[in-house]
Amino acid sequence: MFFGIRPYLLVSSIVFSLGLLGFFLNRRHIINLLMSIELILLAVNINFIAFSADFHDLTGQVFSLFILTIAAAEAAIGLAILVVYFRNRATINIDESVLLKD
Amino acid sequence: MSPSLLSYGIVLSTFVGFSLSLCLLKFPRVVQAITCLAVAISFLCIVGLWLYLNPNLNFSIDILSWLKVGKLRVNWGFSFDNFTFIMGAVVTFVSFWVHIYAIGYMAQDINRARFMAYLNFFTFMMLLLITAPNIAQLFVGWEGVGLASYLLIGFWHQRSRAGVAAVKAFIVNRVGDMALILGICALFAEFETLDFSLILLKLPSQIDQVMTFWGYSLPTLELIGLLLFIGAMAKSAQIGLHVWLPDAMEGPTPVSALIHAATMVTAGVFLIVNLSPLYECTPYVRQLMVAVGAATSFFAAIVALTQNDIKRIIAYSTSSQLGYMILACGCSAYSAAVFHLVTHAFFKALLFLGAGSVIHAMSDEQNIQKMGGLARLIPTTYSLMWIGSLALTGIPWLSGYYSKDLIIESVWASGQTGALVLSLLTVALTAFYSIRLLWFVFHGKSRADEHVAAHIHESPLIMLVPLFVLALGSILGGWFGWHWLIQEQGAFSWQGSIVQIPLSGKHAPAWLHVATVGLAILGMLGVLVYKKPRLIEWLSNNFLYRFSFHKGYFDEIYEICFLRPAFALGDFLGRTVDKNIIDRLGPEASANISIALSEKNRFLQTGYLYRYVLVMVLATMALVGYYFYQFYDPGFGNEVWDISFKTRVP
Repeated sequence: MFFGIRPYLLVSSIVFSLGLLGFFLNRRHIINLLMSIELILLAVNINFIAFSADFHDLTGQVFSLFILTIAAAEAAIGLAILVVYFRNRATINIDESVLLKD
Repeated sequence: MSPSLLSYGIVLSTFVGFSLSLCLLKFPRVVQAITCLAVAISFLCIVGLWLYLNPNLNFSIDILSWLKVGKLRVNWGFSFDNFTFIMGAVVTFVSFWVHIYAIGYMAQDINRARFMAYLNFFTFMMLLLITAPNIAQLFVGWEGVGLASYLLIGFWHQRSRAGVAAVKAFIVNRVGDMALILGICALFAEFETLDFSLILLKLPSQIDQVMTFWGYSLPTLELIGLLLFIGAMAKSAQIGLHVWLPDAMEGPTPVSALIHAATMVTAGVFLIVNLSPLYECTPYVRQLMVAVGAATSFFAAIVALTQNDIKRIIAYSTSSQLGYMILACGCSAYSAAVFHLVTHAFFKALLFLGAGSVIHAMSDEQNIQKMGGLARLIPTTYSLMWIGSLALTGIPWLSGYYSKDLIIESVWASGQTGALVLSLLTVALTAFYSIRLLWFVFHGKSRADEHVAAHIHESPLIMLVPLFVLALGSILGGWFGWHWLIQEQGAFSWQGSIVQIPLSGKHAPAWLHVATVGLAILGMLGVLVYKKPRLIEWLSNNFLYRFSFHKGYFDEIYEICFLRPAFALGDFLGRTVDKNIIDRLGPEASANISIALSEKNRFLQTGYLYRYVLVMVLATMALVGYYFYQFYDPGFGNEVWDISFKTRVP
């Protein structure tokens, strides 16, 4: 392709920023946080693959596969925690999950 | 067996016994066996060393170097001479039988193992004191026996009075120790050594020297002698510093017998006799000793007349007899003082252990007004108490007779009329209070309540055997002591370990001996006043009686002069200075400042996870931005740049 690496990096950074903003600005559910984290990981994956293609080095792509696996595992654990959390506190509202304060 | 091994055995066996006992406190039987065995080994080692060294008993070894500061050289070591052997034998002998007695006396106490361990610790410290080659080691032993005394007086710490008495003993002894430390410092300043042998060598060059103390020029030896004597006064319960001894009777009775009658309280006398060549150069201090000794023996005997606690009577009697010993030292009759020390150790330990047997029989009752008529119920204790009392009063051919008579004779020979009169009067008073004690405890009708009276019983054999042994010592000790220690052709010569000034040519007239015995019998007959209730009532209604009953008002005077100012000062420093000034400006102020600061910073801690992450990300960005700013020069304006930091395309 002739666009070079820059468009990919641009997309990646936009996705990354969306993830961060989603993390900071959401006021509703913890599940949104999990989704934002997935988004951030996705941005990282795009970066890996873009650089891998640019440098002609397959390591990056292999690594992105690992990250996908780990992201899936992490999503499973996160959802499991979420279920337990809901059972304990009967809510997954962010504004009420302030136990760290105490 | 080599002599050095034997001397290690003398002192260290009790230390080993004490250490082992501490590890085995869970097994009282084992501890009792170990501690008794340790003291027995110690005694046997003394006898063994004496047999080995005889006839030249001077022996000393260095063990360890302790202090090397400037000119000060202090070694741990053991040094023996004739006087040390006598003291050591008496201490370990009495200590052994008190250990045996304590097995029976403390049989019901759950802490009996700890008690035995403390007794062993005391014996170790006492032996360390006696065998000290220098005054620094003596001081260690001196403080060690003080500590043991404190621990044992307060042994029944459930009783608040025992704790108070223990603290009182400790604090009063601090007064004396202060003087003792000053004395040791003065000694070192002048003699530049603390070894007894070197001090005695340098003594002749120090006569007529003068040193400055507190702005005054004083004769060196007088000053040193005075300071050491004040230390001895506190330990030996001399008038003014005697107040701790009666209160120390809160401790268990074996402690009273061993520490507060036979051994520890004689440490003051030991110190003076050990330094007798020094005291021979200090006529003024010896004059003071005569005054203090005579006053103590008379005053304590007066107080003992009216006390009602069986142990307190004997405690005041101890103070009184210690006064005799100091008096004898003041009259340069050091061998008489040692002789009385030995006989006193026997009969006073006997009296205390007998009193313990009475207390045991009476279910821990100590008030003689609530006893009476015990003679039929505990005849063995009764007869043994008679032997002890007769020995104390100085009835002929019992041990007290020889030693007390010798002291009075030396007082006469030194020409101290006032002291002679006081000591003769004390003989009568001693007889009176001894027989009064027996009268109230053993004769007349029983005044005990039914509950106690139903339980009166003779003590077990393990408590009676020590009484028999000590009674034997009280009967024979005087005769043997007289022939061995005092007579010039005796089997035992002092070999210069203490100063001896022979009485030759100044033998006291016969009337003095007759007067001594006569006064003793008179005092014993004085108890008959208790047959006349009206006379008693008249006697107990005057100032002298109240003076005696309130122990000379010493405690009250000390409370007004020392205790209340001390408490007021403590109160002022504690409440005003500490709370209002130091606390307010120090800890409280810093706490307040940090609370105020944290109040302002509270809002940072919201507990919302996403805010923490925001801060984290912003901080990371700031750090990365700073890194870029510092280390990466993009070279804006003239080239296209690669995303990799490593290479720049021109």
